[in-house]
Amino acid sequence: MTTMTINASRREEIEARYPEYFHRSFRQRFGGLMILTGMLLYGLYAVWFFDLPRLLSEARWERVGIYLSQWVSYDVQPEFRIQDDGTIQTRYPRFSPLGEDPHPDWVVRNPDGSVTITVRGTSRTVTVSKTETIVTAHGISVPVEVSSGAPKVIGEVPDWMTVYDDNVLADLGFAGDVSISVDRVKVRKRFLGWANFVFDTQSPFFDKPAGEVIGLILSGERIEPDQSNLSLAWDNIWNNTAWQHGDVWTKLFQTIVMAFLGTLLGSLAAFPLAFAAARNITPNRLLNQILKRFFDFLRSVDMLIWALFLTRAFGPGPLAGSGAIFLTETGTLGKLYSEGLENIDDKPREGVRSTGASTALVHRYGVVPQIMPVIVSQTLYQWESNVRGATIIGAVGAGGIGLKLWEAMRTNSNWENVAYMVILILIVVFLFDAGSNALRHRLMGTNARH
Amino acid sequence: MTIADMQPQMPSTKDIGQAWGRMVAKRRLYTLIGLAILLVAVVSSMRFADESNAGHFFERLPHLFDFLSWLIPKDWTDVWRALFDIASPNDRGGEEFNFFKGRVYVWGDFYIPEYFELMIITINVALVSTIVAFIFAVPLSFLAARNFTPAWPIRIVAKRVMEFLRAFPEIVIAGLFSAILSIGPVAAIIAVTLHTIGALGKLFYEVVENIDMKPDEGMRAVGANWFERVRFAAMPQVLPNFTSYALLRLEINVRASTIIGAVGGGGIGEELKLSISRGFGAKTIALMLLLFVTIVAVDQFSAWLRRRLVGEHAFLLQH
Repeated sequence: MTTMTINASRREEIEARYPEYFHRSFRQRFGGLMILTGMLLYGLYAVWFFDLPRLLSEARWERVGIYLSQWVSYDVQPEFRIQDDGTIQTRYPRFSPLGEDPHPDWVVRNPDGSVTITVRGTSRTVTVSKTETIVTAHGISVPVEVSSGAPKVIGEVPDWMTVYDDNVLADLGFAGDVSISVDRVKVRKRFLGWANFVFDTQSPFFDKPAGEVIGLILSGERIEPDQSNLSLAWDNIWNNTAWQHGDVWTKLFQTIVMAFLGTLLGSLAAFPLAFAAARNITPNRLLNQILKRFFDFLRSVDMLIWALFLTRAFGPGPLAGSGAIFLTETGTLGKLYSEGLENIDDKPREGVRSTGASTALVHRYGVVPQIMPVIVSQTLYQWESNVRGATIIGAVGAGGIGLKLWEAMRTNSNWENVAYMVILILIVVFLFDAGSNALRHRLMGTNARH
Repeated sequence: MTIADMQPQMPSTKDIGQAWGRMVAKRRLYTLIGLAILLVAVVSSMRFADESNAGHFFERLPHLFDFLSWLIPKDWTDVWRALFDIASPNDRGGEEFNFFKGRVYVWGDFYIPEYFELMIITINVALVSTIVAFIFAVPLSFLAARNFTPAWPIRIVAKRVMEFLRAFPEIVIAGLFSAILSIGPVAAIIAVTLHTIGALGKLFYEVVENIDMKPDEGMRAVGANWFERVRFAAMPQVLPNFTSYALLRLEINVRASTIIGAVGGGGIGEELKLSISRGFGAKTIALMLLLFVTIVAVDQFSAWLRRRLVGEHAFLLQH
């Protein structure tokens, strides 16, 4: 291979031939760099504007773990009170997931009057006696003396134990924790899973193995004389107080109905309006402009504002949500349809018109067949996105699962209910995505993106 | 076989007519059945929505415009006063007319009116989340594109991640982070960002899959690695489209951050919700005016920029 040298005249010739590569404008040369610098500066501004360093340093990151673990687990918090006469009394909170008067096998009363609680297997246990509480974890047993005025750790304090003035807290990891004070020991034991998902503690079927429940339903004696066991069981599941299956599913259905009604009615309203708004169909500039600005207005006022107004007008519920989606969708779909109409091929219309057909027939046979695929695919896309949007709109009071989700989150203690609803929403969204995709392919042939 | 041999097997005009008639009749039947199902669905949904609503449609319809009675202020200049935080003569100490209280002093006597400050927060939420999501969506989209990631497990994972981010309800993320970071716009930013990563990623990877692969072939021929191929073969082709999709997303995010604001993310949405629920006419009109003008301005600006970037191109308003 020979080395190629370029002499000066050849270089000038090349330079003259490709001016666009050798003499680039200032914007071409530094535009990218300037945009990048601008974005960096904006990033710094945003960090200052939102006060990020302070916010991050004050963030309670330990809550992430707690809240996320609450998504998939529940806890039971028995309390062991040391009475004056030395006996130990066990108490469970009123709404404990174990129901009234539980006797779990992980709380064992020893012959000498002390109580042993198994927090996780045999490696993490707590033994409560009159004078001391022994916490066993991470391979060691730490006695905490409670006979004097304040609880006192005997020996070295391990790093998973925190000593306060009047109590000692032992962190046993995901399995739970123990809080020891002079006259009572509080244990929190965490279980993986969702407690009482099918039957709540009030139900007669509570805490029965699945086989026994099925047996009762199929051939057992009636628990309630005026109701068959099957309908009683269904009633108990539907009205489960902890999970509120009935309410959740009704609200979820409301969300779907809101998206369906809003999108469909919006599409029906937008269809004729779009014909009047399209320049090539209705040659009336004034009407076109008025309608297009009207669509922009409906879109720009925004779903939130419509939802807030309609909630005031109709009261909270899916009617307000459907109305908000309907108004926004009339604007969005009207704009999309009229843009689609303006992009159609004029020749089929000309052909139909040349046969002497009336205006309605020209539209029916010259325009609609062309615009139908656009309309169907746009409407389905909007429907899909409205199923998601309806969730949020619900949170301001416009009906559906949004408000329920928001309320469950606000208490910061019902994260397992949040998880349940999120899973349901995800399933619905995926089903609707798949369904609308399939429908789109069926109605428009396989290559159906735009 | 000649054409003459085929002649007898060809159907007559009558047969063709009959076949066509049957086909049309069948199609009409299907259309009718489809429409009937749709009608039943609509009517029953309407009844369901009406029954489960707090107020019923026909019962409340005469009162639909009742809100105008509180919405329309007695004194229209109050709207301007509310907008620019000027003290109102109607101020009786309540919250309805305490406009000047919201002033945000920046420098001496110079202040930003409260609602402009809130609007700036909302716009910043939208802008920050669009930019951050853009940065994350670009690599994700290349990992999801068939022509740049031949390994299907990576592609599947990338696509599922994007789908999950898109479908996950934004309010849950906002709620979770407002419990961790304290209530405020940063929780809204995180929620909108995560959703936008999914939405942009999907649009982006479709753009990447449709590029011309000849520049890539050239890059591979000179021994470029994956990053060089992305940078020099794909980026010049996809960047205009990426940017215009990001701008489109910015329009959507301004609306989304307003809504997230209304459910606890701060910004103008929260104020608007309070103002409407308490029936403060002048404040509500001022807020709506500001929001409307901002949304129209952002839409127009982004439409103009998009036209400059990719020309007249029909874009879907995808969420």
